[in-house]
Amino acid sequence: MGDIVIAEGVSKLYRLGTQATAYNVLRERIGDMLRAPFRKREAEAEVETFWALKDVSFSVAEAEVVGLIGKNGAGKSTLLKILSRITDPTEGQIDLYGRVASLLEVGIGFHPELTGRENIYLNGAIMGMPKSETRRKFDEIVEFAGVSKFLDTPVKRYSSGMYVRLAFAVAAHLEPDILIVDEVLAVGDSAFQQKCLGKMRSIRSEGRTVIVVSHSMSTIAALCQKAIWIDQGHVRAVGPTGQVVTSYLSEGAKNEISWSPRLREPFPLNYDTVFVARGDTGESIDPIPGDVPIDVNLEFTIDQPLTPGRLEVRLGTDSGEILFTTTSADHLAENSHAWTVGSHRFRCRIPANTLLPGVYHVSVTEPRGGYTILRENILSFTVSEENNLFARDARPGKIAPLLHWTLNA
Amino acid sequence: MHTVIKRRTGLASLNLRELWEYRELLGFLAWRDVVVRYKQTYIGAGWAFIRPFLTMVVFTVVFGIIAKLPSDGVPYPILTFTALLPWQFFATAFSETANSVVGNGYMITKIYFPRLILPLTSMAVAFVDFLVSFFFLLALMLYYRVTPSPRILMLPIFTLLLITFTIGLGLWFAALYVRFRDIRHFIPFITQLGMFVSPVAFSSSIVPERWRLLYSLNPMVSVIDGFRWSILGTAPLYAPAVIIGAIVSLLLVVSGVYYFKQTERVFADVM
Repeated sequence: MGDIVIAEGVSKLYRLGTQATAYNVLRERIGDMLRAPFRKREAEAEVETFWALKDVSFSVAEAEVVGLIGKNGAGKSTLLKILSRITDPTEGQIDLYGRVASLLEVGIGFHPELTGRENIYLNGAIMGMPKSETRRKFDEIVEFAGVSKFLDTPVKRYSSGMYVRLAFAVAAHLEPDILIVDEVLAVGDSAFQQKCLGKMRSIRSEGRTVIVVSHSMSTIAALCQKAIWIDQGHVRAVGPTGQVVTSYLSEGAKNEISWSPRLREPFPLNYDTVFVARGDTGESIDPIPGDVPIDVNLEFTIDQPLTPGRLEVRLGTDSGEILFTTTSADHLAENSHAWTVGSHRFRCRIPANTLLPGVYHVSVTEPRGGYTILRENILSFTVSEENNLFARDARPGKIAPLLHWTLNA
Repeated sequence: MHTVIKRRTGLASLNLRELWEYRELLGFLAWRDVVVRYKQTYIGAGWAFIRPFLTMVVFTVVFGIIAKLPSDGVPYPILTFTALLPWQFFATAFSETANSVVGNGYMITKIYFPRLILPLTSMAVAFVDFLVSFFFLLALMLYYRVTPSPRILMLPIFTLLLITFTIGLGLWFAALYVRFRDIRHFIPFITQLGMFVSPVAFSSSIVPERWRLLYSLNPMVSVIDGFRWSILGTAPLYAPAVIIGAIVSLLLVVSGVYYFKQTERVFADVM
């Protein structure tokens, strides 16, 4: 089968701060001209630029399902936007052979005042589905979304679940040759998610080409035969999903077991470093064998007395699920610490023989006096298969704890 | 079907066939805007009448009765309304068109479609109001027993001139607005001051002869005079003004489309 998507030397140059300064440009330009009408304008020469994508080439064969993976800010979204023709590449070219539909978001153009029926037609038209086709698939779409009773109700009265289901249902009934999808699978309740995954599989079996971006390695692994790893705007690796995902995960984890915020801000509490270490040796290495406790260390400085204070650590799996949340005040009766000004360190220990092999992401909360923000996925670590209970028998479950079994107790 | 994605430049990217393929989307978006507008209000479609009607009443009282401006022998309300009809279209269509790209920014950053669809949709919606107002004018003429002259057959030409000018100016502002948000403050300025500069509340016959050509650089002058001429058959039409108006409008459309196409590839990046 031939190639249906061919990208050659695709690059995208962004001017830094374009978004933030767009509003002021006119004033600046006029101001510059008034101040120094004959001097060459400096502002323009000084604009900082960066390559969101640089010389990206790849090809996708017909009926192939390809996953795009990479860290946040690696350039995946930019590539997706270029493939969807939302923005132009600065250099290079992509050839697409076939009808393209892109789903960067479901329910684009949905209007709350319009009824479900009206929105189906409107959204279909926006997604590039001719009216005749929408009419033909109308019943199917309604059934898929499960909103037949509310067809003539304005969608502003829909529950958020119904809204998302309807939006996805329209998208799922597009029949493009090439489908470009951004993590829209993570919507709705789990029954509906299963339905969506089923739909994705049938799209694949119908011989359509799919390019999907997801942070969930399990979704990528389940759907894609091939993966493209984008790293700092370059193609880092292309190949069979298993291989690329494995090297991506091991590399990603190696780089991120320690986190230090670059800027100190005028908040009562600032993190100095958050890092993961082996509980037995204290070494900050990765991956960590299954039979070793894992310490999440939080080093922080208090600039103003902060009461009540508590920190939270949240552990997420690679499929984006939250495995658990633990707080520094769990063992305290009054639910908070009274911290003094100065440097402190918390050690939060995850017992040995708890986690399955895989990559875990750590999120921490940051009290800002009055409110708290969540710093998401600031670092990741890997639990290896070495001495892991799971590795013995691939037992089902989300954790594999070593528990006490007592006979005839 | 073969699509090539690369850096687009200028008018070369004006793909009229593609625009035609997306006509259904234009229809749906226009339909959405019309339906939504009337769903949210109690009086609904009545607004299409009420706005020009109230403006007409105010104008008649202030300029016709109090200031006693000449009305070329036609009932003053009709003289005013004949001018308000194209003017209201210009004011609504221009400000909606100018807003169309920024107002639909969320769509621009999420999905591809020819961006020209957005200003064209705003034009279409304003045109629906225009038609409603036109029937109101016919009713008004019936009431005052004013018989239209056969010249009313020329009305489509002046309507075309009106549309050409409005979309030309609208495209310029729609594209400029994306990059320079200051434009937002400039749009009401144009629609408000423009009304006093254009012969809406008065007949352009009061403009001194030697200023007529300069005055015609504003295409709305020939549009409004043209509307009066074809509907009421009043003052003779000043031909050079119409030609100047048409040239200015055509220049605006061509340059407007060019500038819009030139800027549209950064729309998603600066939105």
